[in-house]
Amino acid sequence: MREAIDILDARRRQVHTKGSQPFQLDCEKHSVAGSVSQRACVFCGSRVVLYPITDALHLVHGPIGCAAYTWDIRGAQSSGSQLHRMSFSTDLREKDVIYGGEKKCEAALIELIGRYRPKAAFVYATCIVGLIGDDLEAVCRRVTAQTGVETIPVHSEGFAGSKKDGYTAACAALDRLVGTSESPPPDGPSINILGDFNIAGETWIIRDYYERMGVNVISTITGDGRVDDIRRAHQAQLNVVQCSGSMKGLARLMKQKYDIPFVHVSYFGLEDVSKALYDVAEQFNDPAMMQRTTQLVRDEISAVMPQLRRYRDALQGKKAAVYTGGAFKAFSLVRSLRTLGVQTVIAGSQTGNPQDYQQLESLCDDGTVLLDDTNPLELAKFIDQTGADLLIGGVKERPIAYKLGVAFCDHNHERKRCLAGYEGMVNFANEVYSSVCSPVWSLSPRKRHAPPVKRSIGPGPLVTADAGLPLNTKAPQCPTAATVPSAGSDSHACGVCQLKAHCSGLAAQETETA
Amino acid sequence: MTLLRHTSADQDVQREALTVNPAKTCQPIGAMYAALGLHRCLPHSHGSQGCCAYHRSTLSRHYKEPAMAGTSSFTEGSSVFGGQANLLAAIENIFTVYNPDVIAVHTTCLSETIGDDVPQIVEAAIDKGLLPEGKMVIHANTPSYVGSHTTGFATMTKAMVDYIAQSSGAEKIRDQVNLIPGWVEPADMSELKRLVKLMGLDPVTFPDTSGVLDSPQTGIHEMFPAGGATVDSIRSAGDSCHTIALGPICSGPAAKALFAKCQIPQTTMPLPIGLKATDRFIMKLREINGGFVPDEIMTERGRVLDLMTDMHQYFYGKTAALWGDPDQLVSLAELLITLDMIPKFVVTGTPGKKFYKRMGEVLGDHAQGCKVDQGSCADMFQLHQWIKSDPDKVDLLIGNTYGKYIARDEDIPLIRHGFPILDRIGHQHFATVGYRGATRILEQILDAFLDRQDRDAPESGFELVM
Repeated sequence: MREAIDILDARRRQVHTKGSQPFQLDCEKHSVAGSVSQRACVFCGSRVVLYPITDALHLVHGPIGCAAYTWDIRGAQSSGSQLHRMSFSTDLREKDVIYGGEKKCEAALIELIGRYRPKAAFVYATCIVGLIGDDLEAVCRRVTAQTGVETIPVHSEGFAGSKKDGYTAACAALDRLVGTSESPPPDGPSINILGDFNIAGETWIIRDYYERMGVNVISTITGDGRVDDIRRAHQAQLNVVQCSGSMKGLARLMKQKYDIPFVHVSYFGLEDVSKALYDVAEQFNDPAMMQRTTQLVRDEISAVMPQLRRYRDALQGKKAAVYTGGAFKAFSLVRSLRTLGVQTVIAGSQTGNPQDYQQLESLCDDGTVLLDDTNPLELAKFIDQTGADLLIGGVKERPIAYKLGVAFCDHNHERKRCLAGYEGMVNFANEVYSSVCSPVWSLSPRKRHAPPVKRSIGPGPLVTADAGLPLNTKAPQCPTAATVPSAGSDSHACGVCQLKAHCSGLAAQETETA
Repeated sequence: MTLLRHTSADQDVQREALTVNPAKTCQPIGAMYAALGLHRCLPHSHGSQGCCAYHRSTLSRHYKEPAMAGTSSFTEGSSVFGGQANLLAAIENIFTVYNPDVIAVHTTCLSETIGDDVPQIVEAAIDKGLLPEGKMVIHANTPSYVGSHTTGFATMTKAMVDYIAQSSGAEKIRDQVNLIPGWVEPADMSELKRLVKLMGLDPVTFPDTSGVLDSPQTGIHEMFPAGGATVDSIRSAGDSCHTIALGPICSGPAAKALFAKCQIPQTTMPLPIGLKATDRFIMKLREINGGFVPDEIMTERGRVLDLMTDMHQYFYGKTAALWGDPDQLVSLAELLITLDMIPKFVVTGTPGKKFYKRMGEVLGDHAQGCKVDQGSCADMFQLHQWIKSDPDKVDLLIGNTYGKYIARDEDIPLIRHGFPILDRIGHQHFATVGYRGATRILEQILDAFLDRQDRDAPESGFELVM
């Protein structure tokens, strides 16, 4: 984008450069008509949230497109049933639009439930269903009565707001399931994992951490989700919510109805995942659990730090642009990139709210461009202006980056390796490194005259042993101390460990290995 | 129940009101793809944001390219009061910021059902002075509950004729032919243009996504890459001497419209996939150019034939299952028959009247042994049922990416062809039309068979030369 491109007038206040003026960013606005927005619709929001409930039937009531475009496009993995990956549609035709689609929908549900005997069924209302006024509630009531399988309408008419409103509709649908099981609650501390979608098996990693801490996981909503677990989710003592946009609604409903508190977490990046585990441990006020958590964090960080340090050496000084769906993930990414020595120069989201952007702004360095609901032209322009080496986004952003000759990392539906948790951080570092430091960019027009990139890590699997590695750190220190502004207290609030014990323990360990 | 095993062999599922794992998608994406084949055109989706996002994502996944398009960003208010205000704002914003030459508006099921009258809204935009000098807005009605993605493509292609093509009143240009290539890859469009030029004719090709969805890396974000049919060239389509429309579903309506509007004689023929269909295409061009076929084309034909004879014994009696778009399926079936293969199962979700008849024509004597299905319940589930319940497993699957579940479950090789292909690259760069394209498909089919033979051969029969 060599020539200057105007930002749409109506969008000017949705773009802010940190440090240029007092912070104010417009957000939560409808996209400007005509803008090449990267946003999606209500149906999309509901579908992505509920999709990973694997033993439920998901019927899309509408014309074929809505089902076709959401057929198995997210790698939300299942440890059992794969029913969620099938694509069922009522394939509404013109005459259904005229005469109504209720009968067709009911017939489809009866047939599908008969054949697959799912644990529950979700029926998604699309734009057209909202418009022609099919009474999905009534259809679902009849089907539930006839089949004995709970059939739940999802009010996800595409036009009725944005993707965020789809999250709300999904939470409302889930709310109907929660609390419908009378099985006895488990002994000991228990949680629900909310807002992780098991992309590339991430839920399994997270679940394992909690179990090692001694916490029972009653349900995972919705990654690798099971209807029966969701029914008894009200028995948990705590809801742990990732992906603020999608699942906070359900956590709030459960707070009101069952008085279950919730904490907000993120599993991306060393700092955030450690904080998540500590936050959960703190809620249970159990010194033994806290100790196990400290040990877990210490073990995991020590295991990954040598590898991360090598990536950091190679990536130090690179610049990244981050454009995510929700804003919460952007925070984690800014911090994770900092852990890798990469500076975030552009940060934005499709659906952030004022508090989100306030926090994002405070995390970023001066000069960082903040964007709400941006479009390809703006993204390209700012990537060019800031000289970003990397774009992190989703499917629609990938080819834009590549055309520019800029590295890319998918941190959205299409990620193939888990990026959550500690091992996820290594995968993330590897993804960023393998793209940013690929020799391919030295051939691209954009970079042809730039000095060659430093390729210090060979291809192939990394050896975890750190013998012979150049350790930059002069003295043993908390692995992230260099990357996080220190609060300066002797409790060493580095965000990763937050506990003195962890840091001193880790330091001792590093001294031994070094 | 797993995704891989859509069904079991003993299930005989009768369905009336349900599609399971579709073998089609909806009209607007076809309109969007066609519109991208217009130079400096921004497709515009008049409806909710989700439709536009899904279509752009799917096109991006298939072509590995940015697919630009605007959206009217409907809200609940627009759905109640109509989308006029949104479209007017969109037209103004798009010309102000993105500055395309053309905006190609297509409707979605939402805007179609609330009854937005796009031409009337465009008139209003002109009255308000929102259209800069020399710019234009064209439109296509593409409700998702009618037809399929292929008919959406056809409708937008026809809109190019309706809005742009004009007869200047002068004599028809003797060497100029209109080439309506149908829904094929950018590389196919390039190849078709090359053949027409080799035949000494000047092709007016529309839509033409070559140079748009196979564009080079330049280091610059090109909102409008260099390729695509220009408005001027399509305008002059009204003065061409003939129109060749490839694929009756995707290209037929535009050719007919051009005949009605500018009296250009037209020939609608199957997509030139395979030797026989390409022969017909070349023969048609030969009629137009006065009876001349250059040596270069004859050599290309000879090469394909040579390959077919070199390896014909490997093709004999092999069976295949096909799915995808009707225009593609008819030509693919014919290609297989010329190779002595047997198309056993053919499935398309796209509804339409003449498909069975066309398939019957190309299948000829093979029609008895071939199951063909079309419409709502003709989907990947249906296809999988057929394959499962057939005692002799088919030897080959040809179709889009969605066949990979069946391929894995049944352990049958899959050749990716059609739309969408989400999990491989190259399809946008290698033509499958024309003689060169036939070479490509032959290679793919033969490789599949020989790889399978190598894999399954006992050690004693594992041979260097095949």
